[in-house]
Parts: sequence; structure tokens; C-alpha cells
Amino acid sequence: MSDVLVVAEHRRGELRDISYEAVTAGRELADARDGELGVAVIGGEVDAFAEDLNREGVDAIYTVDDGEEFDHNAYQAAIAALLDRTDAGTVVTPNSVNGLDYAPAVAEDRGLPLVTDAIGFEYDGGLTVTREMYGSKVETTVDVDGDGHVLTVRGGEWPPAEGVGDATVESVEIDLPESGARVTGFEEVGGGDVDIADADVLVSVGRGIEEEENLELVEGLADALGATLSASRPIVDNGWLPKNRQVGQSGKVVTPDVYIAVGISGAVQHVAGMKGSDTIVAINTDPNAPIFDIADYGIVGDLFEVVPALVDEFA
Amino acid sequence: MKVLVTVKEVAEADDDFAIEGTDIAASDLEYDLNEWDDYAVEAAVQLAEAGVADEVVTVTVGPERAEETIRMALAKGADRAVRVWDDAFEEGFADVGAKVSTIEAVLEAEEPDLVLGGVQAADTGFGATGVALAERIGFEHAAVVNQLDVDADAGVAHVHRELEGGVEELTDVDLPAVLTVQTGLNEPRYASLRGIRQAQRKEIDAKDLSDLGLTAEDVESALEITSMYEPESESDAEIIEGDAGEAAGRLAEVLRDKGVSA
Repeated sequence: MSDVLVVAEHRRGELRDISYEAVTAGRELADARDGELGVAVIGGEVDAFAEDLNREGVDAIYTVDDGEEFDHNAYQAAIAALLDRTDAGTVVTPNSVNGLDYAPAVAEDRGLPLVTDAIGFEYDGGLTVTREMYGSKVETTVDVDGDGHVLTVRGGEWPPAEGVGDATVESVEIDLPESGARVTGFEEVGGGDVDIADADVLVSVGRGIEEEENLELVEGLADALGATLSASRPIVDNGWLPKNRQVGQSGKVVTPDVYIAVGISGAVQHVAGMKGSDTIVAINTDPNAPIFDIADYGIVGDLFEVVPALVDEFA
Repeated sequence: MKVLVTVKEVAEADDDFAIEGTDIAASDLEYDLNEWDDYAVEAAVQLAEAGVADEVVTVTVGPERAEETIRMALAKGADRAVRVWDDAFEEGFADVGAKVSTIEAVLEAEEPDLVLGGVQAADTGFGATGVALAERIGFEHAAVVNQLDVDADAGVAHVHRELEGGVEELTDVDLPAVLTVQTGLNEPRYASLRGIRQAQRKEIDAKDLSDLGLTAEDVESALEITSMYEPESESDAEIIEGDAGEAAGRLAEVLRDKGVSA
């Protein structure tokens, strides 16, 4: 029961980076529990993925060959079978859109406690997980009952596993259920006139702009600076700007020379899409807004005063 | 078909807040309808308006205070509401399993064909109740749905799931199903004055655990919050001081330094 099973994630023929981060988290937990680390590769190019995942610290890799696309029923059945035939008591998965499509079902099916979106943990006879609440305003520590758990880990919190390991690779045959959820295709969103990922300077607008009419203000700033206009999720959800302008986990990842965040609080999903920018400027009324944690320059103030003043500077 | 919507009243912390014990001080919290659930309510009401759904019922695990939020969902067009609360929930932090057990008991009486709920609650952010519920009651499911087309005759929901990086997965989900709804799925309406008046006459059925045939043991949590703290700021930002004009002047210098100009 002390062993840990990490579930890798892939999409359209590629392993996703978070798989390697989950391996690091899984190894950490296995070490603390004095257990072994197994990695499950379910569906897709399982042999090639198994080779890539054979990193330092991985003891065993289990491949379950099943179709190309993600199917949560296949994942659930495969993980259940692996928990039955190995000594793994704890399952670690990415806290991703797909991870959250099967991990809660695995926990429910196996009667295991579930903690999602972990950003850290300790194990000292029992599991204590660190996670955020209230929109990243606070962190909490959560004690989890029992020996077995399902844990989903946030991307970017653990370094990716590196090196080459000497894991055993085992192909596992599993009777998979006929699935009531069938992937029929994919759509790329966010095409169109502008690719914000190409811009050197981005003026990015968030919820603080309050009303659609006020967008003129940041459009004026973008013009004055020769910058491209982008946005955080709420602006796109409201239909004020098209999806191809959205920066963040579900939008575009951008790395401009200068990123100016106007009225953006800096939720983790947004930060995931822009933290690689060379210089980050934040203008926000809330001095505790998480955007200031990653900013190089900040103005704590009212964007409706600061932005017009900045436009004047460049007029 | 009958559509059930899970609706949560969530707490948002004020800009300035104090932590008391393992939670934010009640006086520093504001309560509101969970943003994701607002989109789920809208999706259900649209199904009713399109003649696909015959009845839209909301279910909430929450104290009496939550009735204001529930009335908002009723004012937007839900037909009636069930609210479950019990002293047992005051004891600590309800985990996903506890919530699923409670909602499961409501579903046994309601027998919906489709369950909609938000991807996650804004305050606790677990993002797990919908999928765990589907597993418990033997429904199909899809998480993080940002486009929805229900074909009731064929018994299928054609959905888009919003993956990371601007990619959507197109999936056919057999009904009955639980779908978790992402923001941006639709444009949630504002309640009309007429809707608000009508909501006053709609039923909110308040139940405790024993009404549902459950005991405190059925909602025992495997999780306990042992501490809460403000994360240490890792900021090494240069905070530019002064009034708006002065700050803008200094920022303009910085930007010109970085080569920014029209």
C-alpha cells in the first residue's frame, strides 16, 4: 500500500509536460512512504511514451494500449486494475482538465479520499496537503485520513523529472468497458486576425475594466505604445474580446518583451500563460493581488486614472 | 426531460481580511452565487426555453443564508429548489464524498435525466463533485464543458470540453449524464423584475440529513483543514509610488528604457 502510481497525460500524440512534474511529486511521496513509484501510460503511443517517462526514480512503467484519444472510462478501468495488481495505495494525477475528468471517479470508485490542486505535501505517518482557497488569497494545510489517497497536482509546482531511469516496462491487458463518452474530434480555437503570441509588447486587460465601453481606454493605451491588446478570461467570457486575445491556461501562452497587466488580479490560470514575459508591469487597485508577486514593476492605483496619464506620456 | 442544477453559495474574501483559526473571519466574507453555477443555471433554463427540459430543479448544500442565492437562480428561471443543511455540516470541512452522498440522496427522489453544475466552486476550488457524483449514481459525465447541444431524442449530449492551450475536445456523451460547466458557455441572464417576483412564490424545499434518510456518519469527511495563512509574497516588484500622474511618468521612463514606443 505504500507504493505510488502516477498517471501520465498525453494529447494528440504528445506527452504533456505536467506528466514529468507529476513523476517528481510521485517520487517525493513514494520516498516519504518508503515505497516504489509506478507510472501508468494509458492509450496513445504507449511504447514511445514509456521510453520518455523512464526517468530517474521511476521503478515500474505500466502501459495499457487503448485507442488514441482520451477516454475517462478507460483511464478509470485501467487505474483500478493497476491498483488491484500492484501495491500502490496512492494515485497521483495531473490537476488538468483531463485529470479532473477521471481522478474524482477513481477516488469515488475505490473509496479513497481525494485532494485536488495540491501545491505541496508532507508525509509523516499521514498525508498533509497544501492547497489554496478563496481564489489564491490563502493557503491551507489539509490532513487526509487513511493510507490510500487520490491526489491531483498543480502544474508548475514540482520540477520535471529528469535523467534516465531503469524502470521495468510491463504491458498490461485490461478488458475495457464500452464507453458512453466518445471523442469525435478536436478544434483549435483562437485563430483569426491577430496572434498575440507574436507580439513584442502586450497591453492586457482584465475584470478591473468593469464595463465593455471602458475597453476604449486600454485600446488607446495599446495604440499609444504600439502594443497589441490581449485579455484575461472574464473579458473573453463576456464576449467583449474574441477568444484569440485570451492569455492563460486555456488561451495562449505568451512571452513578450513587455507585458502590461491592467486590472488583472493574476489568478493562477492567467499567470500560467504569461509568467515567461521578460518584463511584467501590473496596474491594480488591490495591493495584495497575486499579479504583483510576479510583476517587475507595479502601480497600486486606479486604472481609470493611471491609464489616461500613461497615454498622455506617450502622446 | 428533467434537469437538475447543483448550485453553491460561495464566499469571497474582502481585499482586507483576517484569518480566525482555520478560516477567514465571517465579517470579511461576502456571499454570492458561484460564478460557474450561474452558467449551469443559464444552460438549464435555455434547455427549458427550447422545450428540451420540462423541469429545472436546483439543489444546494448550504445553510439558510443561502436562500438569497437560491432565489436568484429561481428568478433566472429555475422551477423549484431543494436545500439541504444539517448541524453535521457545521462540524468541519465537507469533502467531495460528503457532498456526493448528500446530493445522491436528493437525486434518488428527483430522478433527473441530466445534471449540470459548475466546473468548480470559487471558494474551495476542488473541481471534483460533478465527476464523483456521476460515478456514484452510474451516470456518464464530462468535465469542463464550454459548448453544449442536447439531443434528447437520441439520448446524447454533444459537448466541447475546454482543454488547455486553446484546444477543445469534441465528445458525445450518453444520457443520463453529469456535465460540469465552464464559464463562457453562454451569457448568464440578469434576473428580471418579473422573475424576481415569481421567485418569491417558488418552492425552496429545506431538508436535513434525516429527511433524506442519512445520518451524520454518511457525511463524515476524510479531510480536515489544520491551518490557513496568507502566502508569503514572493514579490520583488518595484512598486512605483506617487499619484497617478507621477506614477505614469516614472512608468513611461521604464517602458521607454525597454524600447517601447508607438
